[in-house]
Amino acid sequence: MSASAIVMMVIAIVTVWGGLVAAVVNIVRHPEATED
Amino acid sequence: MTAHSPAPAEAGARADRGAFAGRTAFIFAAIGSAVGLGNIWRFPAVAYENGGGAFILPYLVALLTAGIPLLFLDYAIGHRWRGSAPAAWRRFRRWTEFIGWWQVLIALVIALYYALILAWATNYVFFSLDQRWGDDPDGFFGEYTQALGGADVTISFDVVPAVLVSMILVWIATIVVMALGVQKGISASSVVFIPLLVVMFVILVIRALFLPGAIDGLEALFRPHWASLLKPGVWVAAYGQIFFSLSVAFGIMLTYSSYLKKKTDLTGSGLVVGFANSGFEILCGIGVFSALGFMAQAQGVEVGDVVKSGIGLAFIAFPTIISEAPAGALIGVLFFGSLVLAGFTSLISIVEVVIAAIQDKFGLSRISSTLWVCVPLAVVSTALFSTTMGMPLLDVLDKWANEYGIVAAALVSTIIVTYAVRGLPTLRDHLNHRGTFPIGRWWLVCVGLVAPIVLGVSLVSSTIDLITSPTTYSEYPGWFIVVFGWLMALALLVAGIVLSLLPWPATSNLFKDDSDGDPIAPEVVAGKGLEDRADATTPHELRSPAGRV
Repeated sequence: MSASAIVMMVIAIVTVWGGLVAAVVNIVRHPEATED
Repeated sequence: MTAHSPAPAEAGARADRGAFAGRTAFIFAAIGSAVGLGNIWRFPAVAYENGGGAFILPYLVALLTAGIPLLFLDYAIGHRWRGSAPAAWRRFRRWTEFIGWWQVLIALVIALYYALILAWATNYVFFSLDQRWGDDPDGFFGEYTQALGGADVTISFDVVPAVLVSMILVWIATIVVMALGVQKGISASSVVFIPLLVVMFVILVIRALFLPGAIDGLEALFRPHWASLLKPGVWVAAYGQIFFSLSVAFGIMLTYSSYLKKKTDLTGSGLVVGFANSGFEILCGIGVFSALGFMAQAQGVEVGDVVKSGIGLAFIAFPTIISEAPAGALIGVLFFGSLVLAGFTSLISIVEVVIAAIQDKFGLSRISSTLWVCVPLAVVSTALFSTTMGMPLLDVLDKWANEYGIVAAALVSTIIVTYAVRGLPTLRDHLNHRGTFPIGRWWLVCVGLVAPIVLGVSLVSSTIDLITSPTTYSEYPGWFIVVFGWLMALALLVAGIVLSLLPWPATSNLFKDDSDGDPIAPEVVAGKGLEDRADATTPHELRSPAGRV
């Protein structure tokens, strides 16, 4: 694969899956309140 | 002025609506809804045709400035007003009820034909085992579907037995899951099917990556064409892909969030759903283009010559790949099995929009409303689509329901919410009360300005294309397009307006308290947000300063 294609594939993976990881970490860090 | 009628039938009666057990159950169901056929068969080709690797930029911008903001809009309305689309819109502002019914009717039309694709995919799982299509997948698909094409298309009730059987099975599975309800049906099935889908697709991708030629496929997809970013069409395509992929603005996410308990972090959940959907799409791009790279290499052509999307990718290109590849049967079962899982979880979310509306309108139990909706839906869907006119009818309905249903309704609703009702400040404050991701003015700009502009441009350009350029639809008889395209789309809007004028029976859920016993929040106060009260534990305890009831 050409260098630019590899770079773009890595960028796509890192930004989107990285975003997912960040979003999951965010909700795990804020557990749900239990209903009264 | 409240959203309730003056005299509820039984004071303090609670609506008998379903609920998700918790945030995780909701997130899986929402991901199940979002992840569907479009992730697998639409995204890869759209990315390829719109800049390749460079597409990631407009794609991310679209996700962050339209997809996720619209998702938050859906969540806010459904969660605050605790109802199906018609009930929630009516409670938001009484005259906007027509939007909810319009969304219900759009969902109804889509559910009718979506089951057909699931039926095909189910059959193809089995066809993969012995590569039933031989060396002519194209011809085989034609013989299997017996679809009429081009100028031959007409109304036909010639049933195709293989398709009939599969459609019946799909509908039976749908009825069972829907009857089990929100938690035991929708959520439980999503909690099982989504991880299974991910595992299956990851195995498929790994297998595809090791096929000869896969690297060329990946090269073709990810090589950036930076000049494309100057073309407006590429940005419209990015927004279009995000919009259709995320299942926003068509009543689904609104309905699902109405089943979430009050103390929920909506924005944090929404970010997970949005990024999970996109994450799966990227995986699909990698898998599909690895497979296409293999196919190009096997046929001695360029990758660009074999790129396909939609039905052609799934039912013609992939069978070709399956026949050529070693252990093709495994690839086939994984691929078509993934289509079935992704499609089924999406179908149930579409059907839920209709069931919830009927349940709210008539105050029925879950099982009653499921049967009243699903049985006629199954009968009509099977009767219309297991025939030789199934595919062309699907083709036309899909295009017009998407453009003049979903996109048009989204355009209308964002404009109405922002400018006519001026409800965004209230919705923003509702989202922020328990949200972990803060919503500020940027959200109002995205929903009120970016979304309508992009949706409007997309709608206008699609309309120009449909009317002036020759498209695949031009091959169908003119009357067919007029009836099942234009008139159908108009009828959905008109019928939506008519339905919103009908009174709600005294037994409906509209006049009852929420299923947890709390009263429903009052209508939005134009232009005003909600008061900041430290003692409020749920966003529903916040009221507009001038709107205390």
